[in-house]
Amino acid sequence: MSLSPVEGVALAEIESPGDGDERREKEFVGRSPGQLAAARLRRDRTALVSGALLVFFVLVALAVPLIEALYGVGPKEQFQGRLDGYGMPLGYAGGVTGEHWFGLEPGLGRDIFIRMVHGLRTSLFIAFAAAVLTAVIGVTLGTLAGYLGGWLDTVINWITDLTLAMPFLIIALALMPTVALRFYGQREAVPAYFQIGVLIAIFALFGWTSTARLVRGQIIALREREFVEAARASGAGLGHMLFRQLLPNVWAPILVAFSLAVPQYITSEAALSFIGVGLTDETPSFGRMIYRSLDYLQTDPAYVFFPGITIFALVFAFNLFGDALRDALDPKSSR
Amino acid sequence: MTRFLIRRLLSAALTLFAVSVLSFLMFFALPRDPVSGMCPKNCNPERLERVRQELGLRDPLISQYAGYMKGIVTGRDLGSAQGGRCDAPCLGWSYVSNEAVSDTIARVLPVTLSIVIPAAILWLLLGVGLGMLSALRRGSWLDRAAIGFSLTGASLQLYFVGAVLLIVFVYNLRLLPVPSYTSLFDNPVKWSSGLVLAWVALAFLFSAIYARLSRAQMLETLSEDFVRTARAKGLAKRAVYGRHALRAAITPVVTIAGLDVGGALGGTVITETTFGLNGMGRTAVDAVRAGDLPTIMATVLIAAVFVVLANVVVDLLYAVIDPRVRLG
Repeated sequence: MSLSPVEGVALAEIESPGDGDERREKEFVGRSPGQLAAARLRRDRTALVSGALLVFFVLVALAVPLIEALYGVGPKEQFQGRLDGYGMPLGYAGGVTGEHWFGLEPGLGRDIFIRMVHGLRTSLFIAFAAAVLTAVIGVTLGTLAGYLGGWLDTVINWITDLTLAMPFLIIALALMPTVALRFYGQREAVPAYFQIGVLIAIFALFGWTSTARLVRGQIIALREREFVEAARASGAGLGHMLFRQLLPNVWAPILVAFSLAVPQYITSEAALSFIGVGLTDETPSFGRMIYRSLDYLQTDPAYVFFPGITIFALVFAFNLFGDALRDALDPKSSR
Repeated sequence: MTRFLIRRLLSAALTLFAVSVLSFLMFFALPRDPVSGMCPKNCNPERLERVRQELGLRDPLISQYAGYMKGIVTGRDLGSAQGGRCDAPCLGWSYVSNEAVSDTIARVLPVTLSIVIPAAILWLLLGVGLGMLSALRRGSWLDRAAIGFSLTGASLQLYFVGAVLLIVFVYNLRLLPVPSYTSLFDNPVKWSSGLVLAWVALAFLFSAIYARLSRAQMLETLSEDFVRTARAKGLAKRAVYGRHALRAAITPVVTIAGLDVGGALGGTVITETTFGLNGMGRTAVDAVRAGDLPTIMATVLIAAVFVVLANVVVDLLYAVIDPRVRLG
């Protein structure tokens, strides 16, 4: 796309008969900030590549039943026949074959590929659910605190400081089994959906404060602007002020915070499952797989690479996309 | 300055108080039966009842909490079943490991300190140095390499990096022993060779974040008017960057560093698990698994103390770096 005047003239000469007026209209088409950002995003090659990778991951996660049917192996099936006497998979790179694309787990002999596909779905579901919850709670409380100020602002600020002082990993660690104990007995099996629910709740509980703080800062900056004052002077109610006047002006940082929160939750879930308090072995998850693979670093090093590289690619794609989104939404930013 | 310090310490104490109350409630009041986890499998009702009595679980919550706090400040008598007299920083008695919790902490805290302090020095030097350099040489190959490094590092997971380091340096090249902890004062060589992989893994991931942060801060500062004024006055580049710009750019980095170091001192669960080291983090995880409430409570409290203290230190550093803070 060149904007040199010479080419413009040449084009105008070629296209001039008949549609001169239409061309002028096109040239002065107004674009909203959203359209501008979308255009910038489309031009950004990093954004396109990482976006495509993300779409691929999401599609895989959505198509789990289909993939399982086509692949023909379930996540809990064991292939002991393909392990040697010590429980190590036969063949190269941890037993990679046409039937088992990423090989088999040492010991139990479960298929790594199908477990990773399932793990991807769980991971993305938890991360998206937690990010949506965080955004809803954080935006609501942040807007209220920023706009109303007063005691509400003080309380929310103090809670934010408090959650920052709590060591997240250890609290989550301690909270998971305590909550499970509250609802299930010591020796009862805790169902997977309950673990997933508790994980999402814990992430939301600890995550909303950063969004709230971000939104609060933005709202405070907007609060004294003329258009807000004008709306207030014309007698707008609280709901109108928040949702019609203030929020539409802060959606860009919220969107960026959301897109960067998702990879954070993906890694937190993997970390919690890694240390053994998130999901249990019943539910396939990246963190659990990597934890199990630590025992086989010497004998089956391939085992750690498949989940390790996948989670890296997933988080990397999300981070790159989030950065690109920030650049597209904020023309002034220079990372 | 004194007033600033006093105010800051008071608010830190308030936060710690809130954390202690919250975690106390969370661990002792929330579970259906806090004792069931503290009793091994061959547990009869009498023993359960005795444990309840000894722990004072029949008392009202407030007096339980008061007793716990009194133990930390002055020490208290726990009764013969719990090792009798428990001296000043008394954190209770663990039925799982059959020792005073403060003894456990005294054993595992040095491990975490030995992991975190050298790693933090490494990552701060490496990360901030790299970030500043790449900001000063914006657009050069060094800058591009630093951006690539920080983007990759920010998406890598410690357990994966740790596993790769173990596979390469321990199991294939056999350059290093399997990670383990030896006291620095017993054998400094063994201490460092046993922990160096943990330092490298932690420092690699953290310096990626710090390089990115300090680069962005430095770039922002360099575009400000006071830097231009300093240059226009004819000051040497070194004075402008070293004295004027660095001071302004470093403040946000100091904040994050305080949070990170404070958080890490409370336990580096993932590092410890990956390398099989038994520090604060590992102890907390094992305590959670075993339902060992006094130990969980102690690890959470100590971790919170580190975070809060780190924040106080950060604020003091702020006051040193930026004189406006002292007056505000």
